[in-house]
Amino acid sequence: MKTNIILSGVGGQGILTIAAVLDAAALSENLFIKQSEVHGMSQRGGAVQSHVRISDKEVYSDLIPEGKADLILSVEPMELLRYIPFLNKNGWLVTDSNPFINTTNYPEKQDLYEQIKKYPYHVIIDATDIAKKIGNSKVANMVLLGAASNIIPLSEDSLLNAIRSLFKHKSDKIVNLNLEAFFEGKKIAKEFTDLTVNK
Amino acid sequence: MKHLLLGNEAIAQGAIDAGLSGVYAYPGTPSTEITEYIQKSKLTKELNIHTTWSVNEKTAMEAALGMSYTGKRAMVVMKHVGLNVASDVFMNMSISGINGGLVVVVADDPSMHSSQNEQDSRFYGKFAMVPILEPSNQQEAYDIMHYAFDYSEELQLPVLLRIVTRLSHSRSGIDFKSRRLQNEMQLPSDTSRFALIPMNAKKQFEKLIHKKTILVEHSETSSFNELTLSEDKEIGIIACGIAYNYVMENISEDTSFYSILKISQYPLPKEKIKKLYKHCDKILVVEEGYPIVEELLHNYFDTNDKIKGKLTGDIPLTGELNPNIVGNSLGIFQNAAKSIPDIVSSRPPRLCEGCGHTDLFNTINELIPEIGNKNVFGDIGCYALGSLPPLNTINTLIDMGASITMAKGAADAGLENAIAVIGDSTFTHSGMTGLLDAVYENSPITVIISDNSAIAMTGAQESSAVGRLHKICLGIGVHPDHLKTMIPLKKNHQENVELLRTELKYKGLSVIISERPCVRLSRDRKEDIKSKIASLS
Repeated sequence: MKTNIILSGVGGQGILTIAAVLDAAALSENLFIKQSEVHGMSQRGGAVQSHVRISDKEVYSDLIPEGKADLILSVEPMELLRYIPFLNKNGWLVTDSNPFINTTNYPEKQDLYEQIKKYPYHVIIDATDIAKKIGNSKVANMVLLGAASNIIPLSEDSLLNAIRSLFKHKSDKIVNLNLEAFFEGKKIAKEFTDLTVNK
Repeated sequence: MKHLLLGNEAIAQGAIDAGLSGVYAYPGTPSTEITEYIQKSKLTKELNIHTTWSVNEKTAMEAALGMSYTGKRAMVVMKHVGLNVASDVFMNMSISGINGGLVVVVADDPSMHSSQNEQDSRFYGKFAMVPILEPSNQQEAYDIMHYAFDYSEELQLPVLLRIVTRLSHSRSGIDFKSRRLQNEMQLPSDTSRFALIPMNAKKQFEKLIHKKTILVEHSETSSFNELTLSEDKEIGIIACGIAYNYVMENISEDTSFYSILKISQYPLPKEKIKKLYKHCDKILVVEEGYPIVEELLHNYFDTNDKIKGKLTGDIPLTGELNPNIVGNSLGIFQNAAKSIPDIVSSRPPRLCEGCGHTDLFNTINELIPEIGNKNVFGDIGCYALGSLPPLNTINTLIDMGASITMAKGAADAGLENAIAVIGDSTFTHSGMTGLLDAVYENSPITVIISDNSAIAMTGAQESSAVGRLHKICLGIGVHPDHLKTMIPLKKNHQENVELLRTELKYKGLSVIISERPCVRLSRDRKEDIKSKIASLS
């Protein structure tokens, strides 16, 4: 078993929280893991990404080779497309539909969706809106993780435990908010028509 | 269960477990988290490990040497360009030698993710004639720390640990070893080797030269330099540090076609390299950074073409390695990658929403039509982003502190209205001495210290400048009539423009301190800063 996941977004959007959940879940299953991340200048509103590699054998490269990502999970639609060179031919694209616009030449979002839909396995959901309905737009990242959880070869129990242990120092309320977001994302992805139509 | 750590954190934990008594550092991407991890570790308090940030890399390294002088184990940490700042002490402490184990950790940044160059610190290690360790992964980075300190003490030499961004900022599961006790204080039996007057230095240099043989012998037998010869003789690979991972990523499924020499300890093990060279028809050198190993092995007179690598164009000379580049150089077929869809536009970093630097740049920009658009000299920090659109305020960014001295040099040449923009921490790091140059000649420049009370770019670490800038400037000799303060807020815009206009008209040195805390600081931090300023004034 070897899974390569690229997490993408804009500096400050919280992709490292998703990475932390994946890391902890993989470690609890005694799997090998490498997870590279971006620190420094790009964190100031620039494009950021994290390569997460999970395997039952030793993982060598910290970076995923081009064409070898099984999943690109993005909190922003244009940032999803930036990592297309890494996607393998059966790879999944999962993204929040909400653009993060901090540049002057940001494309039309409909054009971005059209482009994403050219790839057979994609899920575009309004994770931010779902998160807001749950009570906090910040948990959009857990909505997305939930939406992608069927594609990730880690047990739901380990993912949930990882979420619990990551947020337990904050409060029970925040733990539950994140768990709810995860379940909501999972449910929506299942119902998502594109997921089955294009499969 | 294993502990999930960044490469940087693995090094930090490794140092604690190897009996560290003090870490000295100035923040710099990609090295910062090493020191931060030790600062936050529960063991630090219990073991009384020194962890406070230093003013710059040179003061950090000298303090580490001072701790080593007492017989205790010390570590000094910096990014690659920081070693330029510390190079004076670095070059000389290899002559004096050390007492307690001293490890110099330098994080290089190939691809310049957060830096102004791709310099390869291994050159410095070679230059100073000290051993270099270059771990290939996070576990090895942890394990190598015990060895690094032991080895440093055995040789009585500082050891250079060279890492790169991708190792620093990638996490992996780590197994810990048992912790070694810290050294007791034990001053050097003979202190003359630390007093580098020529008669002592000459003796010490002889000793250093003679140690080279011992260093090479250790490299030959080091478990970090592993040679595997295969039956197939076509390609032999020399893989240095993290490059080993990219090689293995490509060939781990079937290594039988390749002979591999993994290098994680320098100077190079010559006998092992000779064995590989004799065994194989072709040698590919894969190394992150400059082709330093390849250049050494390359045939100067072009009488054979057996050595391949960056110099022969098999691997690009710039940018960091990745599995695809290394796969290509090994002749392993790579599927043509899909390209990034045309619709995707670039998203460069930018100053945060509400950042005080932006208001400062807007103030300066108001005067650009009057003074010209090439008069603003910048420095290292978040405010370097002021060189990008839409601000386009800053023209230069070279090294820590260069804004003041470059503005001065330009003014010496006759440029009027030269402005230097420098952050509070960059000012205390390397700006103060340049300011004294300007004071000494009363140079007609305007220095703006953009004081956000933090080392913001690297994660808002505490700046030693907090609450001290006015006194420092006055102490250096800035005239009180031309030491001004402004608060960079929209509502003060016109007032700030007038202040800057007035100081630009003055044909001598002015310093304007533009004061507003970094927007990323928590409310608590801002309160702490307020009380610190109050206690210092």
